[in-house]
Amino acid sequence: MPEGIKDKVALIGMGCTKFGELWDKSAEDLIVEAFQEALEDAGIEKKDIQAAWQGNQFTEINIGHSALPLATTLKLPFIPVTRVENLCASGTEALRAACYAVASGACDIALALGVEKVKDLGFGGLPRANEDIVSLGTRGRVIFPNWVNPNPGMFAMMAIRYFERYGLSIEEGKVALAKISVKSHHNGALNPKAHLRREVTLEDVLNAPMIAWPLGLFDSCGVSDGAAAAILARADTAKGFRPDPIYIKALQIAADSGESLMHKGYDYTHVETTYRAATRAYQEAGIKNPREQISMMEVHDCFSITELVTYEDLMISPRGKAKEDIDAGFFELGGKIPCQPDGGLKCFGHPIGASGLRMMYEMYKQLQGKAGPRQVKNPGLGLTHNLGGQPPQSVCSVAIVGL
Amino acid sequence: MAGIGISAYGVYIPRYRLSRKTISTAMGWLSPAALPGEKAVANHDEDSLTMAAAAGIDCLKEADRVGVDGLYFASTTFPYREKESAAIIATALDLSPNIRTADFANSLKAGTGAIVSAYDSVKAKGVRGILICGSDCRLGKPASSQEMVFGDGAAAILLGRSGVMASLEGWYSTSYDFSDYRRSEDDKFVRTAEDRFIREEGYAKFIPEAISGLLRQYKLEAKDFAKVAYPCLNLREHAAIGKRLGFQPDQLKEPLFTVIGEAGAASPLMLLVAMLEEAKPGDNILLVSYGNGAESLFFKVSEEIEKVRDRGRLKKYLAFKKELTSYEKYLAFRGIIPVEMSFGGEVAPTQLPLTWRERRAILALYGSKCKRCGTTQYPPQRICVNSDCGAVDEMEDYCFSDKRGTLFSFTSDHVASSINPPLLYGMIDFDGGARFVFELTDCERDLLKTGMPVEMSLRRKYLDEPRGIHGYFWKAIPLRE
Repeated sequence: MPEGIKDKVALIGMGCTKFGELWDKSAEDLIVEAFQEALEDAGIEKKDIQAAWQGNQFTEINIGHSALPLATTLKLPFIPVTRVENLCASGTEALRAACYAVASGACDIALALGVEKVKDLGFGGLPRANEDIVSLGTRGRVIFPNWVNPNPGMFAMMAIRYFERYGLSIEEGKVALAKISVKSHHNGALNPKAHLRREVTLEDVLNAPMIAWPLGLFDSCGVSDGAAAAILARADTAKGFRPDPIYIKALQIAADSGESLMHKGYDYTHVETTYRAATRAYQEAGIKNPREQISMMEVHDCFSITELVTYEDLMISPRGKAKEDIDAGFFELGGKIPCQPDGGLKCFGHPIGASGLRMMYEMYKQLQGKAGPRQVKNPGLGLTHNLGGQPPQSVCSVAIVGL
Repeated sequence: MAGIGISAYGVYIPRYRLSRKTISTAMGWLSPAALPGEKAVANHDEDSLTMAAAAGIDCLKEADRVGVDGLYFASTTFPYREKESAAIIATALDLSPNIRTADFANSLKAGTGAIVSAYDSVKAKGVRGILICGSDCRLGKPASSQEMVFGDGAAAILLGRSGVMASLEGWYSTSYDFSDYRRSEDDKFVRTAEDRFIREEGYAKFIPEAISGLLRQYKLEAKDFAKVAYPCLNLREHAAIGKRLGFQPDQLKEPLFTVIGEAGAASPLMLLVAMLEEAKPGDNILLVSYGNGAESLFFKVSEEIEKVRDRGRLKKYLAFKKELTSYEKYLAFRGIIPVEMSFGGEVAPTQLPLTWRERRAILALYGSKCKRCGTTQYPPQRICVNSDCGAVDEMEDYCFSDKRGTLFSFTSDHVASSINPPLLYGMIDFDGGARFVFELTDCERDLLKTGMPVEMSLRRKYLDEPRGIHGYFWKAIPLRE
């Protein structure tokens, strides 16, 4: 096991726009807004930033190729700027690149910014995905099903396998999933920056229109516009910027080898990349018992079933026992490990490239005790989890931060 | 030695049936004509090519495909006006590229024409066998009598020298420039002359002429035949022709008019299959096609017929059906009415170098099998997907199109852009290894269960309309048994 980057890099400033259907805002508006908040929060000037990374998935919607959109919008002074893309993990990839640059000594202060302007697409959901997503390149267009986007269906099939394996009827399974969404809506309603700010009942969730059987509308996250930014500095200098910097404890990525899609060995009741990334992240952070040591988390709840299996893949809930924790309120705001205190993808929204940094923004504010009505009591370690792609072909990031 | 004739046969009827009553309920206000029975209609992802491929696959189930030196495809409804459909089918059926392929076009007697041409090839050259697929998917204009009459379907025969169950003993052809049915360059629907004119001047004269001509030429009489079959354009006239020629009612193969409809160039081949399924060794059978004249073919059935394992295929397909209760859905499936598809329906440009390079993986559903660990995988891989193996370039080609599988998981996607929403797809575990995600068709979600057996079916997966490209690929269907 390599030494890792634990406590070598600190978050000294963060910014996040309101997420939503921001018809009147361009990607430039969102970039400037997130960046200016982070800059002011860090108390530095633009010229102090020595390198920057831009995370976003959909170049074809509003933003364009390369990192020039970030460099040009912010008028960054000819510093190295790079765009990174790894599906829904793109925001955390930008953060990881910036952290590695600082940890290596290549630069002292770096910027990671994620942005997405999905709602310029002109229809609900995400762009037609067969051309650019997942592991088979443009071959996928010819041999994958004629989905507009594979995500709802591919996650729905995990729900079917999970229910069957653990002896839940479709109805029982749907109730367990519905509780996840009800919890996130409760938290989102408390958050002024969230896209969806309305409480929902169990009945609302269970009676919603079908998206991909057995998942309904409220089992699925929103698709939003937004941006989030982080400014990183060397840990040994962090206290010079602010009294309460937040330290990076672990940052891990795992990409599927193709086995989950093409090999029968995959059980489709979990996501292997999450398990692998989490295992390495706990090692890097020196965590032995995540259920006892993690204080709170923001996980990639693109669908309710994703959140459920993530509880298990992160080794918070034992295999097959997530439902018991859900029923016990373990992940609610007042529970043992609050999950999605900011509303999650479900309610805060999901501008793809910004989501990883948005999750980090919530952990950062919580650890600083600035989360208002959503404040978790005395948090020590926060975990964020991004999942790009779908269970059989995914990229996963797990990040752990703390005081 | 039974000479040259039929070594194997196959048939395909699409799953949907449209009751003629459904048509008259919808369109009777305009056209009060009502006909009995139902017609078979292709699913939205089927066309003449996919149905021909299905019949070809059915045919090759009981034949040695190594002996197939040619593939002829007879139809009046090819997906392309220029681009050989037979070559697409040959690739999908995994036939050798070193064979002769040809499309037999434009006439309802194209199917019998293909048989006679194949006979000539087998007789003259060292050709072992030629697979002949006949398939049609013709459109009658809404409220026309053709809409009532036409049905969709396909049949195939392997014509060769070995294992001949019915030898082709002779034929008689006529050709007339008779304007009964026609389509010009831009016609979607079949145009016709007046029904009475077609019936009296064409149908009621050409069929008897072709039969009488054959009887005369080969010095035969009506009573020499166990069965005679010819297409049915009109139920009453169909029966009257047989009677006039001196055939007893039990000699006349009942037409498929009320259960399938008139299936164009596929019709004679489907009738031939219908006769073969009931034939006995020693029977003489007479098949007649109709179209710009007529063609009669005379077969002698041999003992080989008793070696055919499955002789209930037509019955099986007739029983495997689902009523299409919505006339509007039929119109939408066939592209007759424009419908609002959900947003996101646009398809990206087809990359032709890719579809050429990967034609075997796409059209013949070839993956690979690791020679070191035996793991099968789709699509083809250079490095073994089994993480305990990881062998590099130790793969052999492995065909999945003929493998059965089980449904590992499935869903109905309500946000996909589909003409038949919701879109169904699932993870298929192939018998003998490998898993991949495929669309599911010819079923509804409530018919699906995890663990159920499935088989693969070639379908038109997408239409790249701006570029005029039909994208064919395989989907999974519940096993038909």
